[in-house]
Amino acid sequence: MRDGGKESATRGLLGDRAFRAATGACAWLVALALLGAALSMAWGGRQAFTTFGWKFLISTDWDAVNHHFGALVPVIGTVVTALIAMLLAVPVSFGIALFLTEVAPAWMRTPVSSAIELLAGIPSIIYGMWGLFVFAPFMAAHVDPWIDAHLGSLPVAGTFFSGPPLGLGMLTAGIVLAIMVIPFISSVMREFFLTVPKRLKESAYALGATIWEVAWDIVLPYTRQAVIGGVFLGLGRALGETMAVTFVLGNAHDLTASLLMPGNSIAAAIANEFTEADSEIYRSSLIALGFLLFVLTFIVLAIARLMLRRIERKRGYA
Amino acid sequence: MSTANPADKLYHRRRARNAVALVLSGCAAAFGLFWLVWILWTTLVSGMHALNPALFTKMTPPPGESGGLANALFGSLLMSGLAIAIGAPVGVLAGTWLAEYARRSKLGECIRFLNDILLSAPSIVLGLFVYALVVKPSGHFSAIAGALALALIVLPIVVRTSDEMLQLVPGAMREAALSLGVPQWKVTAQVLWRSARPGIVTGILLALARISGETAPLLFTALNNQYWSLKPNAPMSSVPVAIFQFAMSPYEDWHALAWAGALVVTLFVLLLGLAARWYLHRSHMAQD
Repeated sequence: MRDGGKESATRGLLGDRAFRAATGACAWLVALALLGAALSMAWGGRQAFTTFGWKFLISTDWDAVNHHFGALVPVIGTVVTALIAMLLAVPVSFGIALFLTEVAPAWMRTPVSSAIELLAGIPSIIYGMWGLFVFAPFMAAHVDPWIDAHLGSLPVAGTFFSGPPLGLGMLTAGIVLAIMVIPFISSVMREFFLTVPKRLKESAYALGATIWEVAWDIVLPYTRQAVIGGVFLGLGRALGETMAVTFVLGNAHDLTASLLMPGNSIAAAIANEFTEADSEIYRSSLIALGFLLFVLTFIVLAIARLMLRRIERKRGYA
Repeated sequence: MSTANPADKLYHRRRARNAVALVLSGCAAAFGLFWLVWILWTTLVSGMHALNPALFTKMTPPPGESGGLANALFGSLLMSGLAIAIGAPVGVLAGTWLAEYARRSKLGECIRFLNDILLSAPSIVLGLFVYALVVKPSGHFSAIAGALALALIVLPIVVRTSDEMLQLVPGAMREAALSLGVPQWKVTAQVLWRSARPGIVTGILLALARISGETAPLLFTALNNQYWSLKPNAPMSSVPVAIFQFAMSPYEDWHALAWAGALVVTLFVLLLGLAARWYLHRSHMAQD
């Protein structure tokens, strides 16, 4: 009797140990996947890094025939399109979050916020197709000519806004990216705006503050870290987005100041050229680009997560 | 008239600023909805135009001929299924470890952090990783590599939802089961997983929705295939990659097929999202 009990107890212990080891191994797999991705790209790109050295980062060459590759054009394209996207998406997301938490009547909040979250569910290739067939022609017909005529003649800023009305280019890509990241940023903001203690807001209202003053002076400072976290999360998305950008960026390896001209981004260059890369150094350069993208997004996403984690912890102890 | 005192002026200025801000916030919401409607409308109209039964029965055609997306639909289904089959169990186990054995530990926090990064990492980078891991050593593109790349996207989503859902299970439930002398692994498998199941299943459904539209990680893992193929170690077509190829081409009838594919994928993704919500809602109802 007693022995039997002991036996089943040890069996239970063994089972526990095995279960714990198995789940632990799976958890390690998550860490290994990320580490492996970084290492494999550093390794795959080593030929480009050793051949071109630091020049890889500052060279604008992209010459598949003579095997000269530089990362500057795609890196700038990635950063510029992402910044245009943030410039548009951050204020709009703040407006949406404000609308959904303070302004809209109660019956409207759930349907509108679910509809905006639907935007996040649409696959990026659909954004790309829509951008190519619908939005780029619209830009070419109505927006680009206006920008060229009215802003293109400005003394200094004009160089950024003059160019042929192609429809494809940095500006179009930036706008499409903005539409894609708005639901991410606004849902983070909304979620944390809802955590602001009622007491704080109502004290301000009792002193006669307007809704806008409460939002700007009470809600925003209280949730500052979350807002920054949400913005960086959106930025990480915008930097790494591939398909939508590939469709509307125009795939040109020229460095131009104008936002109306076609450009390139890291993700678009890889998507367009990787399977056609016909030499080792070409392929290695593309993988090296991937490594740069990985490092860039890792930093941005790490900042985002640290910010969000800090505010979550604060809320947990409060 | 009212050459009123400064306090009045200030009051009116504050009221005006408030009104402007509120109108602008309404405009922001309208702005977001405007794009949603425009994109869905375009997809619906152009897609319905090209939708016909041949889409589901015929293979992807060469330019100038009529055809469908049967092989691409099948490829997407197969690779997504495989990706879930690989990613979901690993994800649930990893999430279990985080929630049950590493709730407050440094290592747990560290893995949670890395998982969150993986969750939003650019999918094209994961495609490059699988290329280096599978395609390059084996020497050819394959459906398995494609499924593996998609599994890397499934993994962090499932880890996160399992972790969160298991943490929500009341501690009293664990203690009640453990006090009966049940080994911990049995408690986890038979009590905790069952109690957290709605959340975990929802996470898996959302992961499936996410990967069914993913294109970038398939471009140089599964590549593409114009023909019907069942071989897991050969290139395989998928709907998103077919859409990419057809939309970038100069042929009108390929564009029409791309729109039809876009409509099918969008409907599938949106319906899956709805189904996930509905399932979660229903389970909550049943529990109350």
